[in-house]
Amino acid sequence: MTSVDKPVLSKKDYKTDQDVRWCPGCGDYAILNAVQGAFAKLGKQLHETVIISGIGCSSRFPYYMETYGFHTIHGRAPAVATGVKVANPELDVWVVTGDGDAMSIGGNHFIHAMRRNVGLKILMFNNRIYGLTKGQYSPTSEQGKVTKSSPLGSIDYPFSPIALSLGAGGTFLARGVDVFGAHLEELVGKASAHHGTAMIEIYQNCNIFNDGAFKGFTDKAERDERILYLEHGRPLLFGANKDKGIRFDANFQPQIVTGGELGSAFVWDETAVNAAPAMALATMSEADFPVPLGVFRRREKPTFEAGMRAQVAAAKLKKQQSLRDLLYAGEIWDVK
Amino acid sequence: MTTTTTTTGHDKGLQDLDQVVIRFAGDSGDGMQLTGDQFTRTTALMGNDIATFPDFPAEIRAPAGTLPGVSAFQLRFSSFDIHTPGDAPDVLVAMNPAALKVHLKELKRDGILLLNTASFGPLDLKKAKYDADPRSDGSLSGWRVIEVDLEARTREALASSPLDTRSKDRCKNMYALGILYWMFHRDMAPTEKAIAQKFAKKPDIVAANLAAMQAGHAYAETTEIFQTAYRVAPAPMQPGTYRNIMGNQALCLGLVAAAQKAGIEVFLGSYPITPASDILHQLSTYKHLGVVTFQAEDEIAAVASAIGASYAGKLGVTSTSGPGLALKAEAIGLAVMAELPLVVLNVQRAGPSTGMPTKTQQADLLQAMFGRNGESPVAVLAASTPADAFEVGYEAVRIAIEHMVPVVVLSDGYIANGSEPWLLPDVDKLPAITVKYAPPGAAGVKFEPYARDPKTLARPWARPGTPGLVHRIGGLEKQDVTGNISYDPDNHQHMIDTRAQKVANIADGLPPLVAFGERTGDVLVLGWGSPRGAITAAVQRLQKQGHRISAAFLRHLNPLPKDLGELMRGFRRVVLPELNKGQLAMLLRAKYLIDVHSHSQVNGQPFKSHDIESHLAKVVAEVTQEVQR
Repeated sequence: MTSVDKPVLSKKDYKTDQDVRWCPGCGDYAILNAVQGAFAKLGKQLHETVIISGIGCSSRFPYYMETYGFHTIHGRAPAVATGVKVANPELDVWVVTGDGDAMSIGGNHFIHAMRRNVGLKILMFNNRIYGLTKGQYSPTSEQGKVTKSSPLGSIDYPFSPIALSLGAGGTFLARGVDVFGAHLEELVGKASAHHGTAMIEIYQNCNIFNDGAFKGFTDKAERDERILYLEHGRPLLFGANKDKGIRFDANFQPQIVTGGELGSAFVWDETAVNAAPAMALATMSEADFPVPLGVFRRREKPTFEAGMRAQVAAAKLKKQQSLRDLLYAGEIWDVK
Repeated sequence: MTTTTTTTGHDKGLQDLDQVVIRFAGDSGDGMQLTGDQFTRTTALMGNDIATFPDFPAEIRAPAGTLPGVSAFQLRFSSFDIHTPGDAPDVLVAMNPAALKVHLKELKRDGILLLNTASFGPLDLKKAKYDADPRSDGSLSGWRVIEVDLEARTREALASSPLDTRSKDRCKNMYALGILYWMFHRDMAPTEKAIAQKFAKKPDIVAANLAAMQAGHAYAETTEIFQTAYRVAPAPMQPGTYRNIMGNQALCLGLVAAAQKAGIEVFLGSYPITPASDILHQLSTYKHLGVVTFQAEDEIAAVASAIGASYAGKLGVTSTSGPGLALKAEAIGLAVMAELPLVVLNVQRAGPSTGMPTKTQQADLLQAMFGRNGESPVAVLAASTPADAFEVGYEAVRIAIEHMVPVVVLSDGYIANGSEPWLLPDVDKLPAITVKYAPPGAAGVKFEPYARDPKTLARPWARPGTPGLVHRIGGLEKQDVTGNISYDPDNHQHMIDTRAQKVANIADGLPPLVAFGERTGDVLVLGWGSPRGAITAAVQRLQKQGHRISAAFLRHLNPLPKDLGELMRGFRRVVLPELNKGQLAMLLRAKYLIDVHSHSQVNGQPFKSHDIESHLAKVVAEVTQEVQR
């Protein structure tokens, strides 16, 4: 992607002179590192990228990226970013948000960005807790979670952000984890290559208010058995020796298969027209099934900004009107 | 309706009048707005001054024949300069008992009542809550009643039309229009042209509408119940080219004209809301001029997307009404903090809450001024007439761009849907607006996003995509010049003072206030927004009676013009009529320590100039007495 007149950037070119102010040990550091690594490989220049965030720990992200950045208000980043992308489709527009910002206060903007397929890349840090306000349950917290605002356990059922996004018509949906930097870097690259809305749910550990939320499948001892990597065109296999698989029964319920039945494992197609398999994986019980990571869905369709640009171009071609003609239109009359 | 001369020579006698007020009233589905609009266009083309006031229910189609379903359109035309659509009508066209019930009380004594008698059955009367037929119990005495069965007459006129009866009945408004065209000596040609255009793909509909209108005209001409036709001579108007314009239209044109002059493209983020939706509709037809309209998922997304567009270098605009402005508050605060241009159009309606969406009010002034958290100053402008909305839209763009601030424009339902002849501007003479984007930065030099223009205090407009200018902004407090996050107490004080001063500095470039009348005297009537016409008419009449009364109108509400205090101090009494509980009066009292007397009306209707006049007459008498004492 690089050319002679464009200097090749490295990871450190994306670092700013600002001190990073997340809590020591926060998963956000790893995500920042992975994103900087991925950006350095995109072949873009610093000024071609805009990062827009809402409110929350994750939303401090733009201050640490040597690109254009706009730290906006709670939940509204996708709406601001839509304005930026439509105003200038040439820009590479990223939204950094969290489970509170995107799933709760900004849920409406999040789903409508997906519905319109605006060319935004949304990085949604999901730590399943409200960190910046010091530890209340979030819309992705598991039911029964005891927090400062739910001393007897939360009654709310959690969202699956991937399932929600599928319902909203999301065209690129993926999931990564803060501690799996190389995998995340790869997902960021794939999201960047997608033209419409791309959303990556990033499981992120909040070591202060929800430490170990993802430990059950990210610990070295657990991960091989507990993580299902989605690989396009390959069967859904997991386990240290890839000795387990996922298939769907006649009622389209997921099943774990082993041994001689391994051959019946479902072959993953991230570009499938029907979103049902992705939905089935996004809603599998975490207790009974492995946690899917990777690309759930990737299907190109025309973007909102392209449609808008085409309408404006066609209208300009069809009708030229001077300012005078615009004002002196309709029924006009002269008074002498 | 003042009769000046009586002439002969017309078959039935022709009287000259200097002005007429007509009100069309019927069911929401009766086509009253269209009828009024046609009469208005014709009359404007005939050279009269004209002002209109559509008054319709929020329901698209309330149950037919009921009181809440009544829709009305009032227009006033004259042979002299007028400022309002008139108070009480001279002529009332009532299409059904409900329309009669709602509007008869306002018809002038001895005024003409054109009554459609087609629907006066027991059920129709019951729906209109009449116990007895008003035609036979004496309740119409005192008015000149003309009864016509518009339905029967229209069906008769359209006997050979292939349309079904229902469609034929829908032409009865055109029959009524034909009658009025005869009565007021109007040319039918402009309407013939307009209907032919409107229904170009439906020749049967065109034919039926025109046949109904012509039949109505012929009916009035030949029937004995119409004895006299009336003529209103053209008004002496300033020379130039005119176009009849509604407030929402003019606002759109003002924005687009300013954007073109500035060489920038408009991005409108909007969510439909009465009475502002027409702004979204109209701007969405200007794609050929590079205008992008985005129908957002909600009011917040609408303003947020506009802020994003401004950040990216376009002119971000959002349009709404009071409830929407409330939702946008936090985002407007972000634009204040990020110091980006933004134009917020607020077409006010009667509140609080959902209130009365189709009725007018000016009660969002304090919301526009202060309805955000923290010290969050924005520029506030007000349009005062439909045509004035063009200049205000233009001015809003100028201020937003040149001062890098959000500008709230206050219009209202009365201005939005009312219309008047607009003296079209000379496009070449529209004031220049200069957009100054920050140029690409030199390598190794750190860009300073909050370095300021020494005069305006505006910060640079640095568009993403420009090499060498990468920087971060946001809602957190910034250090001046560098734009880095800062919690430093002195810096916060400095930034709050700076943002306030930046808005205050807008006043440096404003022209002195124009006084309508002398600059000193007994009574100064101040106005902002749509009461302008009613105030002008009232003050004009009192001036003619020899009173030392003047008026002045504020287009800029924040910052206020620098000479306002001095002007107010030149009078013994300052009176401020506004369609709220005294919001601007409160601001002026607080700022100038002058005893501004509020004259408030909050009934969802515009001021009647006679009400203002009688109030002012009392004020003048009081002040005169004080002087004599």
